[in-house]
This record gives sequence, C-alpha cells and structure tokens, in this order.
Amino acid sequence: MQIYLPIAEVSVNAFLLLGLGGIVGILSGMFGVGGGFLMTPLLFFIGIPPAVAVATEANQIVASSFSGVLAHLKRKTVDLRMGCVLLVGGLIGAALGVQLFNALKAIGQVDLLVKLSYVLFLGIIGSLMFVESLRAIMKSRKGGGVPKRRKHTWVHNLPFKMKFRTSGLYISVIPPILVGVLVGILAAIMGVGGGFIMVPAMIYLLGMPTKVVVGTSLFQIIFVTAFTTLLHATTNFTVDMGLAVLLLVGGVIGAQIGAQIGVRLKAEQLRVLLAVMVLAVCGKLGLDLLIQPTELFEIGAAGGH
Amino acid sequence: MLRILSIITLFLLSTLPIRAEEIVAGLSQNRVSITATFVGSEILIFGAVKRDSPPPQDVPLEVVVVVEGPSAPITVRKKDKRFGIWINTDAMELAAAPSFYAIATSDTLDNTISKLDDFRHLISVERSIHISDNPFNINDPREFTDALIRIREKSGLYKRLENSVKLAQDTLFETRIALPANLTEGDYRTRILLTRGGQVTSEYETIINVQKVGLERWIFNLAHERPLIYGLLSLVIAIAAGWGASAAFRMILRN
Repeated sequence: MQIYLPIAEVSVNAFLLLGLGGIVGILSGMFGVGGGFLMTPLLFFIGIPPAVAVATEANQIVASSFSGVLAHLKRKTVDLRMGCVLLVGGLIGAALGVQLFNALKAIGQVDLLVKLSYVLFLGIIGSLMFVESLRAIMKSRKGGGVPKRRKHTWVHNLPFKMKFRTSGLYISVIPPILVGVLVGILAAIMGVGGGFIMVPAMIYLLGMPTKVVVGTSLFQIIFVTAFTTLLHATTNFTVDMGLAVLLLVGGVIGAQIGAQIGVRLKAEQLRVLLAVMVLAVCGKLGLDLLIQPTELFEIGAAGGH
Repeated sequence: MLRILSIITLFLLSTLPIRAEEIVAGLSQNRVSITATFVGSEILIFGAVKRDSPPPQDVPLEVVVVVEGPSAPITVRKKDKRFGIWINTDAMELAAAPSFYAIATSDTLDNTISKLDDFRHLISVERSIHISDNPFNINDPREFTDALIRIREKSGLYKRLENSVKLAQDTLFETRIALPANLTEGDYRTRILLTRGGQVTSEYETIINVQKVGLERWIFNLAHERPLIYGLLSLVIAIAAGWGASAAFRMILRN
C-alpha cells in the first residue's frame, strides 16, 4: 500500500515503513539504544530526504523510547535520579550541538563531518564493547560467575558526590553531566538519540550495572529527542507526522518485543550483539567514504553549502 | 544577393500560410490533487489543429508537448577523492531548475524542432535551467547541469518522450505524460507547439495545478504556519501512540 508523506513529499510503501519501525524497535527495546543510528541511514535508502529523515527520526525515537521506558519502569530498572542528572547535561549539549551544527553548515562540509563522526564513534565504541564483552563471556565460562569488583578511578575522586541508589553508586555528578552534554551535542549533530554512546559510557565510565543502564538511557533519550524534534519542527519544518506515526506504530510494538528478549539474554550477550551491529553500521559508512561512488554528483537544496 | 533575397522571400511566403494553423487543446485534468494515497498521475493531453486553409503538403506537421514543474534554486555538488575518502569538493548553485520537466514529441526531438527554435521557445530542459553568477570557480558548468539532468532523468523527474505524441491525419494529436509521486506543489506550465520543418508555427499554453488536499494539506499548512504547535502535536501523538501500544501489548500478554 503506497502512501504519500505530506512533508517528505514522496510516496512510499506503508508496510515497508511499519516493518522498518518494527525491526529498529526490537533493537531499541533490547539494547536501550534509540535506533536512530540505524533508522536514519535506512530512511535515506528508501528515498526520504535526509533533512526529513533526521528530524522525523527524532520524533519516532521519542515514541519508541517512551514505550521502552514504561516496560523498564515496571521492572524497576530505571535510575530516575541518574536519568535527571544526565538529562540536565543532555539539554545543554543539544542546545550547544544545534549551534555547532549551524556553524559547520555555514563553513560547508557538514555532511562529511556527520559521516566521519559516525564512523569514528561507532568504530571506537563498537570495538571497545566487542573486546570487553567477549572477554566477559570467556571469563564467565571459565570462572563461573566471579562477582564484579568496581575499580576506584579518578571518576570516584571528584566533588559534588551524590547517592544513586538504584545503580548502587556514590559518585560525583560531574561525570554524568559531562556524559549528558557530550551525548546531547552528538544527538543534535548526528540526528540520533545517542544511546549507542551513552550506554557504553554509563557502563565503562560511570560503572553502572548493565540492567539499569538500558532503562536510564531510554529515559534520558525521550527528553533530548523531544527537544531536538521541537528544534527541527520550528527551524527547518522537516518533521513528517505521517512518517513518524507509521514508523512508531511498528517501532512501539517492536520495542515491547525487544524488551522481552532483553530480559532473557545475558548482559554480555546483549553487549556482543550490540557491538557487532555498531561495527557493521560503522563499516558500511566507512566503505561509502572509501569506495568511489557511482554518481559523483548530488543535488541539494540551495543555500545548503 | 538576388539569390539570398529570393530565398528570404520564399521563406517568408512559406511561413505565411503556416501561421494560419491554430491549436485547440484539452487536458484530461487541469488539477492534480495529492492525497494520502497519491501514487502519481497520468495526464492525457489531446487536441486538434484548426485551419483556415489547406495545410502545406511539402513539410510535415510535428507536435511538441512540454510540461514544466515549478522552478527552484538548487545546489549541485561534486565529490572528489581527498585524503583517501570521497568528499564534496565542488558545488555549483543554480538560480533555478524546474522540479519536473517532460518533453513529448511526435518524432525525434531533433527532427521536430530546430536548434534555433529550441533556443527561442526554451524547449529542451537545458534551456530552463538558469545558471547564475556563481561564487565558486567552476571550470565546466556544463558538467554540473548535465549531472543534474542525468540524476533527475534517473528518478523520473525529467523525461524526454520522443515519438510519443500520436498525430492523426495531420490534425488530431494526443499524448500521455506520467507525473511521478514525488511531485512538487505548484503550477505546471503546459505548452503545446506545432512545428513545420523544425519551425514553431503555433503555440498553446495552459496550466496544470498540482496541490495537496485534505489531511495532507492540513498537515503541511500546520507545519509551516504554526511550527511550534505542529512540533508539540507530533510529540503528543508520538507519546500517546507509544503509551497506547505499550498498554495494548501488555493486555495481550496478560490474556
């Protein structure tokens, strides 16, 4: 069934959109990532204009994250206090990111920077996670459940300490706020929720337990992407309601299924899967930059340079 | 000299009766409404040639139909290999390029219209692309306009439909032009030209209006006129759907 999207101004198959939303929704529920880093390129492939894809994706992430958070709240795997601290940083970061985005746009090459930052961040995080989680799986197979000992690092010696009971942490608020700012900036520039950066940052930098990380990250993503959606809607008029609704109907159901799968899988297995996916997207984007494209020219809206 | 004069006289004389040919044309629709299920549209353009005197027998009558979508400024970018990766290096801003352009002719384009009249009446799509003074040092602007035409031809936005106008008894003509689903809103200038020996003898012009209607229209207007309300509404719909589907799923699991 073909459907015409009013803002994107293209006609696409409604079931294709529902399916894409569903698949990305499952991933979102399983890993606590918004799925934007997968969905945005997928939307490019089916012919949605990039500006509309990025803005609408933010709107869709709000919905899929919302249902994901509900599932996690029920299981009490959301650290609300940590989420709020991250959110403060996230909103500051998103505002900064939009400024940075516009500055880059003025000097040109914003596309390249977006792609390069994707390759860079996905590459680093993907390989780190892959190596670490493989090691964890090997260890658990050999030793049979050695309790994790948290190391004391510089993170634990900063001022403004706060108790995060759900995460079982007593750490300074500075690192979570900085993580939030970084994620907010990247969210605005790359048009994603930022979960794929926040999840590893929470695990490895803040030392939060994996089970709590997913729900908390979704909680923070809702607000940052809602903020981004509003910014896009008011400045670029590129949020497509019709596209968002189709994607989120698939996405919301997918997220619920994903959350159920997530409960059954071990944390290490989840991390290996996420790492493989992150590396796959990174590889695809990297290859696109390296291989000579068949069409050297592209058409863009005027004033975009 | 005398020879040239006589050629000119002959030429003038030969054009005189041709002027007496007039187009009476119609369209299957003057309006294309973009609804939620819009998948493109096919326009039937038909008509007849009205004459006061018998048609000249020496040169055959040909018909050119041009449908041109609203123009907008665009940027064409070119990639090149720098530091091992392919990045945008050159860009050219074009003052205006039509969003849609279809030429249908009763023979091949070259046989239907002369180069001179192509220029004079702006028939080929190249003539409708306006290159402004661009701030970038582009050695070959043709390379960029060619790329634009190539890309848009590939996506079905620019088309050259040679031999597609059916002409019966030098009087009745008809052609069909398919409009793709990714249409830009606006007035589509539609021209029908009669040619003899590559020369335009008569021209007819009308407008096809392409417009979003119903829900599509409402959403589009809201997004542009009240962006904040539209943005908030998008969020509310998204969150409501998120919560609703989540609740529905829980109910299904419980049962």
